[in-house]
Amino acid sequence: MSDEATTMDPTPALTIRDLVKSFTGPSGQRTDVLRIPFFQLEAGQQRAIRGESGLGKTTLMHIIAGILEPDSGFVAVGGTEVTGLSEARRDRLRAERIGYVFQTFNLLQGLSALENVMLGLAFGKGADAGSAMAALERVGLADRAQHLPRQLSTGQQQRVAVARALANRPCLILADEPTGNLDAARGRKIIQLLRDSATALGSALLVASHDPEVLSAFDQVIDLAELNQVEPREEEV
Amino acid sequence: MLFLLIRRGLRQHLVSTAVAVLLVALGMGLVISVWVVRSEAEQSFTRSASGFDAVLGARGSKLQLVLNGLFHQEASPGNITAEDFQQVKALPMVDRAIPIVVGDNFRGVRLVGVSDDFFQNLEYAPDHVYTVEPGGRPFQVGQKEAVVGSLAAHQLGWAIGTTFHPFHGLDYNPEAQHSEIFTVVGVLAPTNTPADRVIWVPLEGVQRLGGHDPAAFTDLSAVLIRFKPGAMAAGLMLDTRYNRQGKRLTLAWPVASILGDLFAKFAWFEQALRALAYLVAVVAGASVFSSVYSSMSARKRDLAILRALGAHRGFLIAAVLGESAGIGLLGCALGFGLYAAIASTVQEILRTQIGVLFEPWAWNPVMVWGPVLMLGLSLLAGAIPAWRAYRLSVADGLSPLS
Repeated sequence: MSDEATTMDPTPALTIRDLVKSFTGPSGQRTDVLRIPFFQLEAGQQRAIRGESGLGKTTLMHIIAGILEPDSGFVAVGGTEVTGLSEARRDRLRAERIGYVFQTFNLLQGLSALENVMLGLAFGKGADAGSAMAALERVGLADRAQHLPRQLSTGQQQRVAVARALANRPCLILADEPTGNLDAARGRKIIQLLRDSATALGSALLVASHDPEVLSAFDQVIDLAELNQVEPREEEV
Repeated sequence: MLFLLIRRGLRQHLVSTAVAVLLVALGMGLVISVWVVRSEAEQSFTRSASGFDAVLGARGSKLQLVLNGLFHQEASPGNITAEDFQQVKALPMVDRAIPIVVGDNFRGVRLVGVSDDFFQNLEYAPDHVYTVEPGGRPFQVGQKEAVVGSLAAHQLGWAIGTTFHPFHGLDYNPEAQHSEIFTVVGVLAPTNTPADRVIWVPLEGVQRLGGHDPAAFTDLSAVLIRFKPGAMAAGLMLDTRYNRQGKRLTLAWPVASILGDLFAKFAWFEQALRALAYLVAVVAGASVFSSVYSSMSARKRDLAILRALGAHRGFLIAAVLGESAGIGLLGCALGFGLYAAIASTVQEILRTQIGVLFEPWAWNPVMVWGPVLMLGLSLLAGAIPAWRAYRLSVADGLSPLS
């Protein structure tokens, strides 16, 4: 069987049920940001979420990744309930089963491209230069392995970030405005790279963006405004 | 990966890291130097008592007698008679009694008149006796011959066969040259004691030099005494006889206690140095704190990224404390280098000026607690930044919420 070959897992890559998240504002008022009754992403599925700034895209991504805790509700990644886990186990889940691509790349400036990709493995399977190099080869940057981020173009930096997210062969790839800091041509390439890589690894892909060009690359686009049942007013708590 | 991140973190803030490392090194070097130099110098002086238990001399300061008789420093408080020497030598508890006479020099290097007993199986340390290097021989009594200490021979460039005119007095005065000519017949094998830095001549070589008072030809400057086993009882007995009952002579005993009094005179200076060392250690700790804190603040986003990639909070603590420990360890290593430089200077000064052997790497507890203290301070300095890293909100550290 090929290394890149995949088999469809009947377990959904992502399940969200009755998710509620609110924040306390400066005046002490609690404001609902997310109220999502149900959302599911099957294994290997690729979806985009459309949403303007301030609608809670990043908050949703952070909750799925276990970085933020919801007020209530159920979130499961690859069949594992994120919301029921301790912080340490959420860290572990994130390290082993989730690949996260950020708008601002979020590469460590003191580390080379290869070392940044190794970070994607370090907290899960363990830092492994061979696997990291394979991930860099997948995004076409093997010859830039020893370059520092500042020695790479913005497009190359985002490809390193993609390689880092893919390095641990996650079951779910989250990409939050992955083309936000790129020009249109580079943005298209990154989205194609993400889609191709997710397909090759059998990973589910969830991309959050407000960029029509990004959204047009996906067959299925979910409008966060429709998915999110938040009342359009602030509530006193 | 943890070590890679620590290494890169230190390198990313090279200037503040370097300043913190240097301050830790300074603190470490000072702490070890102050403690080791103090204790080792006292031990070196005690070791350099040349195997004698006491010094008998004219009525006066015990410290002056010890410094004059054993360390060849300062002037003799006065003379004693040959009868005094014979009496003490005849005492049953006295193993060896070596008379010495001082009062002349050669260009500042002291001439010490001594009996030929000096070269007869006299131990300056256990299993080490004064000997003349091969090719030479001890001086002959009654002859104007000299055996020169190894350090003095090196300083003066002397060898067997060298002749010289001594100068009168303990300090060099070109106008006060004696007419007598002495010949070097041997070089004393190195002893790492003050004996190495003087010129040894027969007693009468000094006593009967031209210009010296003929009435005092048989007078002595001091008698160096070694007791038979059970020195405490012998010392107490002679202490009573000479110091309490007599009024003409002084017995400087026990030598170690008298040297301890000498070091006690410098206690205030030692206390000041200790306070300075502690102050520098605290400043070093503050510098580590400043370096790690600013590094941690500047890399808040990096730490958030690590958390987003799955690093648990403990990893962040380890990364921040690792930087503190890294600075501490580098500082300690450099501190030992600084101490080596200070100790080497002290060693050379003590060897050439006093003739005592200072052993900077002899075991001293500060060699352990010094680095532990500096490492502990470094880790303590990293505790607050580490706590901040532990409390870091990943979401806040990453890009703003959309």
